[in-house]
Amino acid sequence: MADTNFDVIIVGSGPGGYVTAIRAAQLKLKVAIVERAELGGICLNWGCIPTKALLRSAEVYHSMQHAEDFGLSAKGVDFDLNKVVERSRGVAAQMSKGVTYLMKKNKIEVVVGSGALDGVATGAGGPLRKVKVTDKDGKVTNLTAKHVILATGARARVMPGMEPDGKLIWTYREALVPNTMPKSLLVVGSGAIGIEFASFFRDLGAEVTVVEVMDRVLPVEDEDISAFARKAFEKRGMKIHTGATVKGLKTGKDNVTATIELKDKDGKAKTETLTVDRVILAVGIVGNVENLGLEGTKVKVDRTHVTVDGYGQTGEPGVYAIGDLTGPPWLAHKASHEGVVCVEKIAGVPGVHPFKTDNIPGCTYCHPQVASVGLTEKAAKDKGFQVKVGKFPFLGNGKAVAMGEPDGLVKTVFDAKTGALLGAHLIGAEVTEMIQGYTIGRQLETTEAELMETVFPHPTISEVMHEAVLDAYGRVIHI
Amino acid sequence: MPIKILMPALSPTMTEGNLARWLKKEGDNVKSGEVLAEIETDKATMEVEAVDEGKLGKILVPAGAQGVKVNEVIALLLEEGEDAKALEGAVAAPAAKAEAPKEQPKAEAPKAAPAPVTTPVTAAPAPAPKQPAAALMASPGGRVFATPLARRIAKDKGLDIASVPGSGPHGRVTRVDVENFKGGAAVGGSGGLRLGAGANFAPARSKLVPHSTMRKVIAKRLVESKQTVPHFYVSVDIDLDRLMDLRAEINAIDEKTKISVNDFAIRASALALMQVPGANAAWSDEGAVMYESADISVAVSIPGGLITPIIKSAEKKGLAVISAEMKDLASRAKEGRLKPEEFQGGTFSLSNLGMFGVKDFSAIINPPQGAILAVSAGEQRAVVKDGKLAVATVMTCTLSCDHRVVDGALGAQYMQAFKNLIEHPVRLVL
Repeated sequence: MADTNFDVIIVGSGPGGYVTAIRAAQLKLKVAIVERAELGGICLNWGCIPTKALLRSAEVYHSMQHAEDFGLSAKGVDFDLNKVVERSRGVAAQMSKGVTYLMKKNKIEVVVGSGALDGVATGAGGPLRKVKVTDKDGKVTNLTAKHVILATGARARVMPGMEPDGKLIWTYREALVPNTMPKSLLVVGSGAIGIEFASFFRDLGAEVTVVEVMDRVLPVEDEDISAFARKAFEKRGMKIHTGATVKGLKTGKDNVTATIELKDKDGKAKTETLTVDRVILAVGIVGNVENLGLEGTKVKVDRTHVTVDGYGQTGEPGVYAIGDLTGPPWLAHKASHEGVVCVEKIAGVPGVHPFKTDNIPGCTYCHPQVASVGLTEKAAKDKGFQVKVGKFPFLGNGKAVAMGEPDGLVKTVFDAKTGALLGAHLIGAEVTEMIQGYTIGRQLETTEAELMETVFPHPTISEVMHEAVLDAYGRVIHI
Repeated sequence: MPIKILMPALSPTMTEGNLARWLKKEGDNVKSGEVLAEIETDKATMEVEAVDEGKLGKILVPAGAQGVKVNEVIALLLEEGEDAKALEGAVAAPAAKAEAPKEQPKAEAPKAAPAPVTTPVTAAPAPAPKQPAAALMASPGGRVFATPLARRIAKDKGLDIASVPGSGPHGRVTRVDVENFKGGAAVGGSGGLRLGAGANFAPARSKLVPHSTMRKVIAKRLVESKQTVPHFYVSVDIDLDRLMDLRAEINAIDEKTKISVNDFAIRASALALMQVPGANAAWSDEGAVMYESADISVAVSIPGGLITPIIKSAEKKGLAVISAEMKDLASRAKEGRLKPEEFQGGTFSLSNLGMFGVKDFSAIINPPQGAILAVSAGEQRAVVKDGKLAVATVMTCTLSCDHRVVDGALGAQYMQAFKNLIEHPVRLVL
């Protein structure tokens, strides 16, 4: 490294950090990115991408098992877990290499090690933030920059009394590289991460039990979607306990016994024990705020998340934070956008709007898939909106039935007064690829009229989106 | 790099104005101090002077453009040695933002670019740092960029979408812009007059004249005054004979310094305020503001509206001084060249329609002032003097008072004092 002074130093190279770095380079800023592990962060290496590779294997396997439904025969259908995992790791490695290339292409200095704020130096053009990077051998590199963007992400939350041991009790990390195929599995938490693993292992044949403390699965989704999802999961053989808590986990030689407190049919509390091969903990996310040198700065941390304004500015001049580190929604695309806004503001790009979280689509890649954007029906009502709600089942869509994917539902929530699309909620095949349609509509501030006038191609599953809009205004065609 | 000429702020609260006209063409050489353009705000027209020398490279905001945001780049000045090529990067910047994001750094390169060179107006405070240029307004009569939702909410609110400044990409009007929009007269809407819509009969031929900023301000302030200020009126008839005699005498001395009845009225209204200081007051929620000097705002009709230049401390000024000041202010007001401090403020207003032969009228108070005096024409009337019918020159004057600060008796006392001064005009000369 010839020069250790930069315009911007980004700590963390996940989808927040590396996208921000590229945008900064496009804006002709001199950028360094600090990463202690693989480029691309959790998303590329231990999150979004490798899980999608696993889920794809499970999906293909599931289709092969149901070949007869399509008039085909497939005999001796089996899987090799090691190869499934190997493929997933290969995909992650390929993506990470892609980020290495992108850093090089954009002349971004990659500094390997853990970065931490290290006080302020005086530079010719004003104060400079010092960043100390320590690699795994303890070698220290000192960098300076006018602006430091923290993008260190988050990690699985650990509940006291339920510490993961990495062998029998897993987090997403171990679940991504299982050395054995568990015959039985307990998943604690039914958010996106928990449900995706539950879905994956269930499709590969494991007996899966999901325990959720809230009264429904996928608790951030619309209630109708949660209910639909639960039925679909149970139809595929998943056991689900909602309104239930895991009171304790006791590890045996090669199994775990869980004490679960749940309510019976009459709502009376009872305690059950369940012995499973493995447990996956997916009970939330905490920000990686430690060892960043925040002590003694004005950076404010609120329950493991750094407090920032709409441009990622922390309480400390010259220090910014983006992505999972700043709080929910914990989504890669949120981190990327937040980072772009932050660095554009730093570079003085005209017309930068503060980052808003009200139009970020969320996707869960279980089977069936779940995707949503905006307010749920309940949230809209709680906010005082008078709503018009439209629903349309996949069963009324020719393409979905032809694809053998008749299980699905689209729900739209409109402001009855203005026609604003307040929210859209989908469950079913390919909905994660379709949600962007509603997101664009919302970004462009569409009303129901423009959505109704939009021509959707036939035959596609996306026609369900049109129908759900029509239904909200009593004009649905195919039911 | 070409020098950016920015829309100046003529007052600290100004957020936008109209670009009245350009005095230089593209390609003209410009010397420091030369007037480049005229900016029209609610009440004044101000000149934009060049601070730097160069050639006017590109006009970005055409003459007649309305609602130009403060600090928006209105033109580019080429420095010595620069040719038109230098404009390319700079001009592309605002327009090419969405189409070619990669081009942007060329013009906006934050590292290499020097601090933006601004061209402030001499009278104005230095403009704030460069604002987003994204808020380019649609040219008058052109397409208004607005989201469907913004249009619908505007329609429901009875707002003209064209009057709402847009904050979205390229000035697109969004939901938030409409929801947060304050001011601007409503058009159409439920129960209102809707031009050309749904009429089953042939509407009268008409054309819609867009409001000038001044027109909007007049509408807003006077509606506010009439709706929120409890007006009451005190009228008196004043004998003008002695004053007319005195005026003839004075004007006979020197042809050049002709004193008008209005000049007398200004002086008299100021002296009357000194005699009845309670009338020199303004209502505020915190308390009554009692003014110590009589700064008389005099309504002057100008093309497209009216303006009230101020004779400050009129109680201390003689008739000749008042007359000279008034002539200067009125002529500059008609040209739209008053400075903000010359028409903003004032403690008491005077409106004279005597020159039109008006017999009597009452004026609307100019908030936050507490009163306004309406002066009508002096005319010969039959009067009864000492029990006999006689002919006298009589003028009816009506004081409009804000009852919150000026009560009936106080208003009457003031009019008594005013009448007394006019009828004994020697006191006005003292």
